[in-house]
Amino acid sequence: MIRVQREPFDIGRELAALTAGNCQIGGVASFVGLVRDMASARAGNMPSGNARIGALTLEHYPGMTEAKLAEIEAEARQRWPLEASLIIHRYGRMELGEGIVLVATASRHREAAFASCQFLMDWLKTKAPFWKLEETEEGAAWVAARDSDEAAAARWHPPTK
Amino acid sequence: MKLLYFAWLRTRIGIAEERVDLPSGVGTVGQLLDWLRTRGPGFATALADLSVVRVAVNQDYVDIDHPVTAGDEIALFPPVTGG
Repeated sequence: MIRVQREPFDIGRELAALTAGNCQIGGVASFVGLVRDMASARAGNMPSGNARIGALTLEHYPGMTEAKLAEIEAEARQRWPLEASLIIHRYGRMELGEGIVLVATASRHREAAFASCQFLMDWLKTKAPFWKLEETEEGAAWVAARDSDEAAAARWHPPTK
Repeated sequence: MKLLYFAWLRTRIGIAEERVDLPSGVGTVGQLLDWLRTRGPGFATALADLSVVRVAVNQDYVDIDHPVTAGDEIALFPPVTGG
């Protein structure tokens, strides 16, 4: 299941709902991406008097974003024997520490859950149309894509289609 | 056709979405980008470096040689940074 939403998500509730009623599930792997303080990291970890600096606004492409997430999820379901899977990605403005994305995979055994969870994040980061706008002391700045994310996505080989 | 711009492409060009008639002589994504660059300094700056521009036609990633037609939804945006 995929969801693109403005509202925060409740991790406990989402994971409980994912596994409810399926006693074939032996394990759940999950990843939560959070808004971290990149502004002060760049400034050499100097304490910032203004905790709001570093908040993010996530822009997305309604329609294509959902389509790409569904494609990525379908690819994971084809590659691993999953009992259930979930991708929730938020858009809009988020403060430091808030959850941006929740990915969870459930399977009979842990290997499929761990691997597919990492796969979903790696592909999501390079294929799902979202863009981060970061609030810094110099004003708003678009976050640049990282080559290391491309390399992480490439580990999983191309789509089967 | 419907043209969509996201993230810094949107802010540099100054619009999020527009409808344009397929210009004569434009049959591919590359030709569309060439035509867009002639429409003003915002377009020319935003589309100067294609290594940081991604193109989707009808919500699927495409290359520069991909055909474009009058009914297409074409989106231009930077490499994605979600997650």
